[in-house]
Amino acid sequence: MISLLRSIGLIFLHMFRKRETIQYPEEKVVLHPRWRGRIVLTRDPDGGERCVGCYLCAAACPVDCISLQATEDENGRRYPAFFRINFSRCIFCGYCEEACPTYAIQLTPDFEMGEYNRQNLVYEKEDLLIDSQGKYPGYNYYKVAGLAAGVKGKGEGANEEPPVDIRSLIP
Amino acid sequence: MNEILKYTLMIVIILFTLTTIAAWLIWLERRMLALWQDRYGPNRAGPFGLFIVVADTIKLFFKEDWIPPFAEKAVFVFAPAIVAAAVLLSFVVVPFAPDILVADLDIGLLFFLAMSSLGVYSIVLGGWASNNKYSLLGALRGASQMISYEVFMGLSLMGVVMLSGSFRLTDIVMAQKDFWFVVTQPVAFVLFLTAGIAETHRLPFDIPEAESELVAGFHSEYSGMKFGMFFIGEYLGIILISAMVVTIFFGGWLGPVLPPVVWFTLKTFVFIIFFILLRASLPRPRYDQLMEYGWKIILPIALLNLLITGGFTLLKN
Repeated sequence: MISLLRSIGLIFLHMFRKRETIQYPEEKVVLHPRWRGRIVLTRDPDGGERCVGCYLCAAACPVDCISLQATEDENGRRYPAFFRINFSRCIFCGYCEEACPTYAIQLTPDFEMGEYNRQNLVYEKEDLLIDSQGKYPGYNYYKVAGLAAGVKGKGEGANEEPPVDIRSLIP
Repeated sequence: MNEILKYTLMIVIILFTLTTIAAWLIWLERRMLALWQDRYGPNRAGPFGLFIVVADTIKLFFKEDWIPPFAEKAVFVFAPAIVAAAVLLSFVVVPFAPDILVADLDIGLLFFLAMSSLGVYSIVLGGWASNNKYSLLGALRGASQMISYEVFMGLSLMGVVMLSGSFRLTDIVMAQKDFWFVVTQPVAFVLFLTAGIAETHRLPFDIPEAESELVAGFHSEYSGMKFGMFFIGEYLGIILISAMVVTIFFGGWLGPVLPPVVWFTLKTFVFIIFFILLRASLPRPRYDQLMEYGWKIILPIALLNLLITGGFTLLKN
């Protein structure tokens, strides 16, 4: 009996507490930088696409919502011919971001992707590609790769020695 | 002729006011529950979210009014009408103010007890006619709950009747000129309030409905406006029990400065909000627990209260 009265009293005191609700459209939720939301494709500092079309994101995706086709330009630089994410399937697990060797695919703190038409949830490459370096500023995969693909010549990259002439005897 | 016109008008006004308040109680309940649970509740449609009631009503009207093929049709359709009708009939004797009441019966209290207890028929019949095991379980629980509270509900009021010397509700109110009966009959007040909550099948005594155990209990199979009738009946029941508590224990319309109707409404709303507070705070007992409390604890207390009140009345004369 006492415990019943006590719980009635305690609930009554909740009247004077602050309300927990966030009034969404007017008040925004605090989203942290690593919040897993809308997926983007980032660019390197020189404005080129970071994606090299290695298919690792598509392989890592547990719901198979990523589909792409790799191709090469005249310099031998790989890039995706098309890159498609079906956001009606995506579960925002972030495995694609973890799998990506070039920091190209990244998840952003944005969830406001509502659509009236389901087909509009299929994002093509031009919808995904953004004009930013995302979470890894200054990183350019082709600058640190051994491959010459139009960004730098062979042996000119960071932490890279010039190629050795293996037929020469001079050290 | 004039008299008939006056009472017809009174009935229409009271009916209209009551059903309107009952509808808006949905909003009040949701807002108050939200307040006690640190939320906002409906606050978008219209000022303070008041228009949510309009939206809810339109939705209820446009829903498919489905009668299951396995149900007992006549009884199924008839049951929801009973609860609203029984509660509205009880309002006939409620004195809202000295001159605002439909009938000042000399057996007003008995009439109220009789009519309000008819409401349980809608639960039993509705649950049985649905031909669904959850509904039937709800109906059985409704019946078992009724036999546990109905006895001490009547007995708890007899002390008040002894003190005021009348079953007429206006006399009971006038007998509280000096003291409200809650002062002289506190035990009776607590018992009647408990019985009243059980009578309206509100939480914590929503045992026939028990949505966490029995889907929706006796009204599992109901939809559309038939469900709406059960809903309105429940809210009318809250108003009725609050109004009766105010009339019998809190001096009815009596009060300084403000007009009588305003006093009555204010006091009634305090109890309506208390009903909602109970819903926000208390868990539901098992139906055998309610029966045990009703018969083994509360009934003896009610009888003891009656005995003591009788003794005092004898001594005073």
